[in-house]
Amino acid sequence: MTEVSSERTLVRFRDVSKVYTGGSKRAPRVVNAVDNVTLDITKGEIFAVIGYSGAGKSTLVRLINGLEPISSGSLEVAGNRVDGKSETQLAPIRRKIGMIFQQFNLFNSRTVAGNIEYPLKRAGWSPEERKRRVTELLDFVGLTERAKNYPEQLSGGQKQRVGIARALASNPELLLADESTSALDPETTQEVLGLLKRVNRELGITIVLITHEMDVVRSIADRVAVMDTGRVVEVGTTSDVFAYPQAETTRRFVSSVMRTVPREEEIAKVREEHPGRLILVDVTDQNRIGSVLSECARDGVTFEIAFGGISMLQSRSFGTLTLSLNGPDTAVENTIVRLREITKVEEVAR
Amino acid sequence: MDWSVLGPQLLSATGETLYMVAVTLLLAGFIGLVVGVGLYVTRRGNILENTAVFTALNLLVNFIRPIPFIILLAALGQATEAVVGTRLGPNAAIFAMTIGATFAVARIVEQNLMSVDPGVVEAARSMGVSRFKIITTVILPEALGPLVLGYTFLVIGITDMSAMAGAIGAGGLGDFALRLGYQRFNDEVTWAAVIVIIILVQLVQFFGNWLARKIMRR
Repeated sequence: MTEVSSERTLVRFRDVSKVYTGGSKRAPRVVNAVDNVTLDITKGEIFAVIGYSGAGKSTLVRLINGLEPISSGSLEVAGNRVDGKSETQLAPIRRKIGMIFQQFNLFNSRTVAGNIEYPLKRAGWSPEERKRRVTELLDFVGLTERAKNYPEQLSGGQKQRVGIARALASNPELLLADESTSALDPETTQEVLGLLKRVNRELGITIVLITHEMDVVRSIADRVAVMDTGRVVEVGTTSDVFAYPQAETTRRFVSSVMRTVPREEEIAKVREEHPGRLILVDVTDQNRIGSVLSECARDGVTFEIAFGGISMLQSRSFGTLTLSLNGPDTAVENTIVRLREITKVEEVAR
Repeated sequence: MDWSVLGPQLLSATGETLYMVAVTLLLAGFIGLVVGVGLYVTRRGNILENTAVFTALNLLVNFIRPIPFIILLAALGQATEAVVGTRLGPNAAIFAMTIGATFAVARIVEQNLMSVDPGVVEAARSMGVSRFKIITTVILPEALGPLVLGYTFLVIGITDMSAMAGAIGAGGLGDFALRLGYQRFNDEVTWAAVIVIIILVQLVQFFGNWLARKIMRR
């Protein structure tokens, strides 16, 4: 990974590992929850970390505010080393980092306003300042009428909005969102993601978002890191990762929302209906597959689109098409060669 | 049966019982709260994880708790005399009752705190709240409803203890029932004490339930 670290870097992971030791003395178990991660999170971006459960993404985000100490490597947040700090030394750093949770983790003994006010009380704000700030935040998350309600009187989406307001109370630079929409239905998820987008765009707060849903990444993230068994297997802008997934895990995630590549059992069905040579062609807005294909028609090659789809992300289109090519062997071969010059082509095994 | 003599005696016995229960509740309630919080926070994986302290507290609680109170009373005789100056009377009983009740309180506090969602503790940590403040402003308030019910349950246990302390001349309703009722084969007197105790316990339980309901908003 290249060293592009600069003043724009807010969180800096360098060879960070987190090891848990468990099991018994006789059969010790060592788990590399986070394995040698080097990563830069840039000021102002929405950075998503995606992975299956157990991939280490939740641990990774907990390292940032020191809820879990790192085992080795170095970790900086806004220029402060987080590693090697005691709970007391971490307090001022944590006040600059908000956090929201999958289960919201609201204080049931406090009202909505009380929840939002709590971190301000601990930070020693005066009652007038607290009142002003709480009013402001309630307005921002659209819960002014709910100020005096208790958490159990709220819907899931409203609870998460309280969580967001509470996390924003003491004006953090960074917001950590740990599976913040996983307990919500699709509609509420979009509502909460919309709010997070506003937090990022209007307040300029950097967001690190943990999720196992590619849909969440697609709708909100500027960049994404894919985690698998503790390692970051791929990092890139969301559109790049969707358009050119490199790692196997990434491909699985992308296909979970894109479904442009036929599954094993679908290939058999496709082959039954399309006797020609089957190829998978990546489509992006830079390449001109259409013109190559129309040129090939002159050589006697015909094609049919057997499977696939094209989608748009961050105003770039991309997708995969499964084509069935028919015609003289050499002409078909020639077509494939010419397609390879402009895009990624994969032959579907016979 | 001369209730013109027994009546005032019953009244002062009730007063003594209330006094013993109240002082014990205050002392054991506070010390037990500290020990219970100590057990909770030093437990593995908790905010002040400390195996040595946890093991020591846990052993202490397990050591005292199983001793039947009537035996604890007798066993603590010398210590009571050293601390209170006498083995007789309500204050002597309060000493033994406080020791006995403290560890019961500790366990009940520990168990109720364990029902607090670790997520809210994590949320408070993520805000940079100190561990002491997490205990006083998050853990205890979040567990307040169940704690009130736990303490209510304990008041009844302490009332029971105070009656037993009557056996060593502590005064109170237990003493009244034993000395003036049981030993004189006068069931009417015994039952009079029983009825007063039932009324006291009902009142405490009613108040405790009401308070817990109010706190938990149910």
